[in-house]
Amino acid sequence: MNTAEFSALIFVGSCLAGFLGALTGLGGGVVIVPMLTLLFRVDIKYAIGAALISVIATSSGAAAAYVREGYSNVRVGMFLEIATTIGAICGAVIAIYLRASVIAVIFGSVLLYSAFLSYRQKPHARGQVETGRLARWLQMDGSYPTANGREAYHVRNVPQGFGLMYIAGVLSGLLGIGSGAVKVLAMDQAMKLPFKVSTTTSNFMIGVTAAASAGIYLSRGYVDPGLAMPVMLGVLSGSLLGARVLTGATVKVLRIVFAVVIAALAVEMILNGLSGRI
Amino acid sequence: MGEIEGAEVVREVDRGAEQRMDEWMGRLLQGGVTLAAALVLAGGVLYLLRHPMPTDYRQFHGEPQDLRSIRGIIANAKALNGSGLIQLGLLVLIATPVARVVYSVAAFAVQRDWKYVVITLIVLGLLCYSLFGQA
Repeated sequence: MNTAEFSALIFVGSCLAGFLGALTGLGGGVVIVPMLTLLFRVDIKYAIGAALISVIATSSGAAAAYVREGYSNVRVGMFLEIATTIGAICGAVIAIYLRASVIAVIFGSVLLYSAFLSYRQKPHARGQVETGRLARWLQMDGSYPTANGREAYHVRNVPQGFGLMYIAGVLSGLLGIGSGAVKVLAMDQAMKLPFKVSTTTSNFMIGVTAAASAGIYLSRGYVDPGLAMPVMLGVLSGSLLGARVLTGATVKVLRIVFAVVIAALAVEMILNGLSGRI
Repeated sequence: MGEIEGAEVVREVDRGAEQRMDEWMGRLLQGGVTLAAALVLAGGVLYLLRHPMPTDYRQFHGEPQDLRSIRGIIANAKALNGSGLIQLGLLVLIATPVARVVYSVAAFAVQRDWKYVVITLIVLGLLCYSLFGQA
């Protein structure tokens, strides 16, 4: 198999990852790393470098649309990004010292938990929420468009959100994923933001988090151009396509299928890591 | 009660300007991604032409130094080296979220929200550390 064929296969696989990612919200990174390591036998450090690139590509490509619609809370996002970037830097540095098989097992475990979280995600009960003290000082309350015009909401539990965001950042830097599930969890469950605000703000934050770790990976030589090229182009093409195909009912079925596929990949990663094949 | 209503009115007025700035920011982001994709595509074509035999990715070797530093990447790109162009495109891609943060600093400054100017500068500082602080 020559380079062109190899690149073409990776391109097609990444297209699929980007397409499914755009439809289900579970990012491309979670598919890219298992695909490259299990299917193409690429060393996990190269795989994570390429996955981080794909995370930034889909985030910057898609976030543009969300920001325009006026859902994401820039203040909440920006403040919490302090936590995620510190976490991402920590994660990227830790990854340098960990063995590939250890990273594989951690990856599989996080993947399993992430799929479980996304599948079970039920928005927190809508009720009267009082603005937390730190949230008030940081002026985090906002409003979002609903059927009845703009509805105001209050934010609380900022310290808990900050802590969870740090963990999301570490996972992103260590595993090359976007950690969207953890971010949405932090904002929706802990900080009581409306679900749609949480998801859009999370998309807005994911790119910044990935950029922090990608910079470290690039300067340490973990990002290979021959590998990142088909991955980035594939994921972009796939997510552009996926964004146009969005229909409500199909997404529900897809999400279940995706969760099952992710769970299977996760188990594979763990087994391969434990047996030393990664 | 009146104080809260006043703040709500101020927010309404701000939101129009905020919305316009957000749209501008969104367009900037997409422009950056497009430029990055163009560079990566161009580099990719050159790379495929010059590397008919595939690299072995099973062993981790680490990239050569001139594809890791910004100066090296720019030099390679200028020489129309496929790998260099790809890396340059990736740098542009990584720069898009950074550009968004820089933009936010300006946006908060225009709104005279100094608390968030500081917060955003902290994020920017962390990003710069990760990009340039690794010698």
